[in-house]
Amino acid sequence: MANPRYISGKTPHSRETRMIFRNVDRVGWNPSIEKYLEDGGYNSFKKSLKMTPSEVTDEVKASGLRGRGGAGFPTGVKWGFIPPNNSKPVYLICNADESEPGTFKDRYILHQDPHQLIEGILISSYAVGAKIAYIYVREEFPEGAVILERAIEEARRAGLLGKKIAGTGFECEIYVHRGAGAYICGEETGLIESLEGKRPYPRIKPPYFPAALGLYMCPTIVNNVESLCHVKHVISMGGDKYSRLGTPRNTGTRILCVSGDVRKPGYFEIEVGKLTMGELINDLCGGMKKGRKLKAVIPGGSSAKVLRADETYTIRDGEGEKTIGLSDIPMDFDSLAACGSMAGSGGVIVMDDSRDMAWVLNNINTFYAHESCGQCTPCREGSLWMKKITDRMLEGGGVPSDVETLASVGDNIAGRTICAFGEACSWPTQSFVAKFPEEFKKHTKRRNVGKALNPEAKVASAGIKDKH
Amino acid sequence: MAVSKKSSEDLVNVQVDGHWIRVPKGTRMIEACKQAAAEVPHYCYHPKLTSPGNCRMCLVEMGMPPRPTPGEEAELDAEGHAKINWMPRPVIACANTVAEGMGIRTQSLLAKECRQGVMEFLLINHPLDCPICDQAGECTLQEYSVEHGNGQSRFLESKVKKPKNVDIGPRIRLDDERCVLCSRCVRFSKEVVDDDVLGFVDRGSHNTLAVHPDRKLENNYSLNTVDICPVGALTSNDFRFKMRVWFMRETKSLCTGCARGCNTLIGSREGKIYRQGPRENNKVNSAWMCDSGRMEYHRLEDPARLTDPMIKRGRTHNVVDWTEAICRAAKDLSRFKGDELAIIASGGMTNEELYLTRTLAESLEAGVVDVVKRSGSGDDYLSHSDKNPNVNGARKILKLRSPGSRLKLIHAGIAEGKIKALLVLGEDLLDIGFSEEELGGLKCMVLVHMIANPTAKMSTVVLPGAGYAEKRGSMINATGRLQRLNKAIDSPGLSREDWEILQGLNRAVDGKDEVTELVDVFGEMTSAVSIFKGLSFAGIGDLGVDVMDTGESVPLLEREAKRVRDGLIVG
Amino acid sequence: MEIPKELEKSADDAIGHYPPEEKRSAALPLLHLVQQEFGFINDDAISWVADKLAVEPIKILELVTFYPGFRQKAPGEYHIRVCRTLSCAMAGCHKTMEKICEIAGIDRSKVSHHDPIAVSSDGKFSIEFAECLASCGTGPVCLVGDDFHEEVKPENAKALLQQYK
Repeated sequence: MANPRYISGKTPHSRETRMIFRNVDRVGWNPSIEKYLEDGGYNSFKKSLKMTPSEVTDEVKASGLRGRGGAGFPTGVKWGFIPPNNSKPVYLICNADESEPGTFKDRYILHQDPHQLIEGILISSYAVGAKIAYIYVREEFPEGAVILERAIEEARRAGLLGKKIAGTGFECEIYVHRGAGAYICGEETGLIESLEGKRPYPRIKPPYFPAALGLYMCPTIVNNVESLCHVKHVISMGGDKYSRLGTPRNTGTRILCVSGDVRKPGYFEIEVGKLTMGELINDLCGGMKKGRKLKAVIPGGSSAKVLRADETYTIRDGEGEKTIGLSDIPMDFDSLAACGSMAGSGGVIVMDDSRDMAWVLNNINTFYAHESCGQCTPCREGSLWMKKITDRMLEGGGVPSDVETLASVGDNIAGRTICAFGEACSWPTQSFVAKFPEEFKKHTKRRNVGKALNPEAKVASAGIKDKH
Repeated sequence: MAVSKKSSEDLVNVQVDGHWIRVPKGTRMIEACKQAAAEVPHYCYHPKLTSPGNCRMCLVEMGMPPRPTPGEEAELDAEGHAKINWMPRPVIACANTVAEGMGIRTQSLLAKECRQGVMEFLLINHPLDCPICDQAGECTLQEYSVEHGNGQSRFLESKVKKPKNVDIGPRIRLDDERCVLCSRCVRFSKEVVDDDVLGFVDRGSHNTLAVHPDRKLENNYSLNTVDICPVGALTSNDFRFKMRVWFMRETKSLCTGCARGCNTLIGSREGKIYRQGPRENNKVNSAWMCDSGRMEYHRLEDPARLTDPMIKRGRTHNVVDWTEAICRAAKDLSRFKGDELAIIASGGMTNEELYLTRTLAESLEAGVVDVVKRSGSGDDYLSHSDKNPNVNGARKILKLRSPGSRLKLIHAGIAEGKIKALLVLGEDLLDIGFSEEELGGLKCMVLVHMIANPTAKMSTVVLPGAGYAEKRGSMINATGRLQRLNKAIDSPGLSREDWEILQGLNRAVDGKDEVTELVDVFGEMTSAVSIFKGLSFAGIGDLGVDVMDTGESVPLLEREAKRVRDGLIVG
Repeated sequence: MEIPKELEKSADDAIGHYPPEEKRSAALPLLHLVQQEFGFINDDAISWVADKLAVEPIKILELVTFYPGFRQKAPGEYHIRVCRTLSCAMAGCHKTMEKICEIAGIDRSKVSHHDPIAVSSDGKFSIEFAECLASCGTGPVCLVGDDFHEEVKPENAKALLQQYK
């Protein structure tokens, strides 16, 4: 295969390793099956059909591939959780509900390279024994859903779907299932409930681990779009070779999406851990806007804890413990976790010194208050409360106790909810308030209490004034 | 000496707040805590329903012994149990089951902080309208906020506004602002009575319990949702605003609306009943009862209640005292015997009443004794098609092979002029196919009843009896379980408990000293009726005892048992 | 409400994507079909979907009110969704919203949680804020119907609306 050429102005940066995004912005490329087959498409799937399902799983395990949806859980291990003596149907679900603010990778795969995803789904379905796979596409990707459906039809006509695929006993159907605009459907058990036609209330775990009790209470594997695409490449190059991409424990490539106050926001496919935050911002994204300084970065989608530009972090690598600055953090799962945040879904949001952190947090709080499903108490009540506090602070009705209240509301949510949304909605508040206390204090001067507080609360706020 | 305690086959060792207990495998943590007398507060958890784990009130600290490294001995504590590694995150006690060596802390700082946090969250958008809320006094928000709340509010924002006083069905109102969204009512409707009409609309903090405008909550079990609502969101139209719960006295009794014999709690104050609801009995009605059964108590409020004994003179009934009425009735009835006298009793009578009817019939040598059958529509849940509560008692005590089958003999006997006197107990003959002409030909008709019904109008002697909640006694339900009826309130005026009236008649007819206590009537019955052999009235207890095998089962209980076996509910 | 034959057929096709005993799964697909056909989902449509899937109508109302993607009232001829979330907000989506409303003649002052959509006086456009549309690198972004638009700065608002004259 010749090295692809790319549309002018969209040429990948020299630090990139284009694998998943190989065909994105490629000159002469289109999402048809013809193009895909010309380029060697579906060969990995055919290769996998010559292996046993457990051999496929073993390759994925050997690759060290970690889920690209947010949690970074090893994909092969996840597949291995299907009960060994299972007699029920197995389902594979592709999570294309990309909705973590700051993340915009799946859109390009669906739009420009749908067959790569379908191939990944077919290989994975073969490995886990699924005869039906659903692609749960967020409603906000109407075009993506149409393209996918067209691609599925093409694959069916090419004999890649249905019964006796490629002359083997393997059968598989793929259906597109459109969501309707709910972030919570990115949570795998919420997604399953949504796919069952119910309110997408995440399930309690235990006992409802999807690999055992998932869709229709059958074993179900839910994988992110990008993760499934990686499976294709794992089979193509072999798990061992794949594992040499990136760094140990953080293998392969991943797509980083950068937005916010950089000169050239965009998507970059890099070998995991082979690039630092500073390189990402300064080299790949062209640095900060003119005259502006880096203030903070949210490194893994808006739920990830914010990192402050002037903080130092202690991480551990092959040479032992060392203290580094924000710019030196390697962009991988473990390093970002060691810095108290996470690689999450790969959405990097950069903020410069013009940004008011209370405003930023309020925007994030508004998102999570809007997206909380409301099933369990702490998140349902706490997410809106945090939003209301930051609303009031921005409207000039802040009181001195607000900073402490904000932090403690966050503390009362995180770790106490049914699903990880509790952390997602409280980590921003916890980290912003802890790391930028001075900015929040600025908003507690009670410039406009009468306007922002409700009448009942006036009494309460008077009490607070007396106390402080 | 430290002895390593191995778990036996079915029991596991669990440490609750520092004390080790042994509980069956598969026990939910919350139930294990309960057994260790460490009550874990909760809203959404209900043992009869699935556990969604949504309220987060039952968060506790949990730990497990570390997995032993091969070749290494586990580290043991002084009591011989493996050391517990406590998890940093709390877990819900409601949906998780215990495991060997598990530790649970319900009183640790983390557990307390969790409860305090949840309490605060539940109250920030709650209207705090306890003074006008019917749930006050039996509201878990109130109760837990005393124990686990903050005592002051940090909430300076406007509360979320939601619908109030919503008409969601003929018997229930909904206040969405009070709702804690625990989903107990939704789950009950779906899981227990297959009527999935409740749901949540909107989302997040705006989540709102609702029905679809075209499909209300009107099944015959809807009021159970009011019982299980832990707060004042669902209130009963029948009960709301009538009485503060703390003023009421609760009496354990039975519903007499059908042969199921649902166990009840009757709430009354100063001689008036304000509500009746189910009392848990896993052999009879689980934790539920039907709405129509609950409303049965209103029959006691009938304006036509009889309050005084009466004797018919000419065309009018004159009030007399009990002595005169009983003597007159006994005298009149004694004038007839054999084919001349029939007794129509009721399947709604207690065993004791039926037994005293039997002894009376024997003394009077009555030719025919039977009870009236009362069938209606039953369902697949609790409501039985036999609308009499004690036909099984009548069957055994009055030795009726086919209850109700002899009524046609009575009709014929009256028509032929053979039957000249009738003793009617708790029935309205004009309601069951007897005509005025037919009864007009009788020489004597004595009625024991609580209502001035048309039969009373035709009776020569009317003896005012008591309603089901105004007397004691026992009954045998459809599945053959002997259960106790208890007296919640006094019957009105001079009316008396029916067994006393019957004993009065017995005394007047045979001239003997009869026992004067209900328990002694039961005692006599234990030697006269074989199924009661060896029992005592007190021995029946609050939950009853099985005395017959009727071959009947309760579909609702069978489904519940299956859900227990499937691990979906605790039961 | 008249259900066109085509819709009935598409609905049955969609139901066929799920195991026969799990047809409730087709709830979102059916609601999408209804909204595509009628522009919004009214009470009759809810009952139709409920009947089709043999569930209580409340179970469909639960979904319609949960998902922001479903509307219970008629939008304008072209429905605009402007992304409100962080990266787009940093890129100026609030100004974009103001500008679009100004040009299209939309008054958003009555918008609330329960009624997030504002319609222009001529009924041509309706608008609402949406949460993250997943194109954070090219903000502000918006959807007009199913068409996706990137970098909709206030100065581009006019050109955007002109495409839908």
